[in-house]
Amino acid sequence: MTTLTKHESSAKLRSGAPTPRGGLHRFGDLKIALFFIAPAMIGFILFYVVPTFRGIYLSFTEYNILGDPEWVGFDNYAAIAKDALFWNSLAVTGQYVLINIVLQTALALGLALLMDRVAKSTLVRGALLLPYLMSNVIAALLWFWMLDYQIGVVNQFIEWSGLPRVAFFGSEEWAIPTQALINTWRHMGYTALLIFAGLQAIPQHLYEVANLDGASPFQTFRKVTMPLLRPVLVLVLVVTVIGSFQVFDTVAVTTQGGPVNATRVIQYYIYQRAFTESDFGYGSAIAVILFLILALVAFIQMKFLRGNESDLD
Amino acid sequence: MTTTTSRAPKPATTRRRRPFNTRRAGAWALLALAIAVSVVPFLWVLRTALSTNGSLASQSASLLPADFTLGAFMRVFGLQSPADAVAEGGSGAAIDFWLYLRNSIIFSSITTAGAVFFSAMAAYAFARLRWKGRNAVFSLFLGTMLVPPIFTALPNFLLIKNLDLLNTMLGMVLPYVFMTPFAIFFLRQFFLNMSREVEEAAMLDGAKHLRIFFQIVLPNAAAPLATLALLTFIGQWNEYFWPLLVGSQDDVRVLQVGLGVFKSQSPQGAPDWSGLMAATLVSALPVLILFAAFGKKIVNSIGFSGIK
Repeated sequence: MTTLTKHESSAKLRSGAPTPRGGLHRFGDLKIALFFIAPAMIGFILFYVVPTFRGIYLSFTEYNILGDPEWVGFDNYAAIAKDALFWNSLAVTGQYVLINIVLQTALALGLALLMDRVAKSTLVRGALLLPYLMSNVIAALLWFWMLDYQIGVVNQFIEWSGLPRVAFFGSEEWAIPTQALINTWRHMGYTALLIFAGLQAIPQHLYEVANLDGASPFQTFRKVTMPLLRPVLVLVLVVTVIGSFQVFDTVAVTTQGGPVNATRVIQYYIYQRAFTESDFGYGSAIAVILFLILALVAFIQMKFLRGNESDLD
Repeated sequence: MTTTTSRAPKPATTRRRRPFNTRRAGAWALLALAIAVSVVPFLWVLRTALSTNGSLASQSASLLPADFTLGAFMRVFGLQSPADAVAEGGSGAAIDFWLYLRNSIIFSSITTAGAVFFSAMAAYAFARLRWKGRNAVFSLFLGTMLVPPIFTALPNFLLIKNLDLLNTMLGMVLPYVFMTPFAIFFLRQFFLNMSREVEEAAMLDGAKHLRIFFQIVLPNAAAPLATLALLTFIGQWNEYFWPLLVGSQDDVRVLQVGLGVFKSQSPQGAPDWSGLMAATLVSALPVLILFAAFGKKIVNSIGFSGIK
């Protein structure tokens, strides 16, 4: 993020400064700009702007695809407020998000510090990034096999160490943590690389100063590393939370919402209401709520963690 | 993997600590553990794919394949008869791998080519041209990154359905092919930092914007364009939700969706684990190959793409 803002400001300076032969730009480039931007503009309007408004509109209707949408005002929202399955999906998603934030951020921070201290090689970073490059479906299937109750290798190990086997996907208490663990496995290295990039951007001389002042490693971490890392950490939190709220693929491939409702996360619930029960109005209304939650989360994180500035700026 | 990493060169300038101490060894051990957690599952998948289903249960924890066979891979490629598959302990469920592979290649290639090219055009307009409202429009484009995909997926599905494009490749690629906000953002950063001098010299020579774009800007941005294409292709290859909604029939179904179907075909009692793991591995192969070839490029782009 810090590098980004640097680019941005230098860019502003550059484009704001008069070009040596300013006459060339006397009339502006509006016409030619419109030409260059036209394809992207079509995609932007058709698949982002219009659907955003249409989604909001649909949330106030009852619509099963066959007929026309029928305006019902706030009925969908009123129904959602009393919908136990919705609140359950919210709670389940919250649990998933929470495990992800804590585990992913802690592990990634540790890994980034380790990389910074002992191994900056591309090979190490590449190995850690490998899971991230796989699809959610592949990550899900791979762990679905390794965590199998009967013959999965993880349960073999658990049994060898004298513990009872765990029904990772089959028990209500383990289903969501298991989904979160799979996601953590997939994203851990990627998140670590983001933080690692942030660590690399911290000027070396600050560490030397801290060293001269006789600061302990822990003090250095708390007074130098953490404050300067904060923009990156906020970014990581925003990306993790927003991404985790939209968990779908792994659930769809492995547990499909079960056992009972243990993994019926919000996005899976939307999918079911809209596509399996053809209730597009209701599905859209939940999607609007999800949208609002995500916007709020991003706002709060940016505002209170002051993501754009580090303490030493 | 662990053996190779221990040979990782350490720049001489940062070698301030003693060559060996327990703290350092501990750090290495932790890092090696993390690498093992990242990589070993893939070896386990390979081991499973080379085993017969019948023997998996009895030799569930041996590191080597149980009753080594290429049967699972042959099954995935459609080279094994259902009878042989059942004899090896498979469920007899099949996956039309070649068809899904073709669909995945078409889907990912078209969306990548379109998104990168059209986003480059837009990024040129945002970075190199001056026009009224430029920054406002760019902010709007960036803002779409905040809209969760599920939110637009519902209306987009209806649009594709109204256009009668469900289960067509066109319907699957349309939402991605014109642009992605991230691609525009990514390329704009590079275009902003390109020197204006060559461009202005060309302009004095009477070159028009189209020529500048094609002959100066694009060639000079070959490296970021390639990185972006790589990232986009991998992302599209792994896409699941939209292809699941729009491409649910065989003739347009992509590998990720096919894998899910293959998994759910096997009855809960005796899934075709070998076949499933072979299919999983083969589906990951294109990304693995790209990673082997361009690993450094991908790894080095992460610090940047994180801004996504």
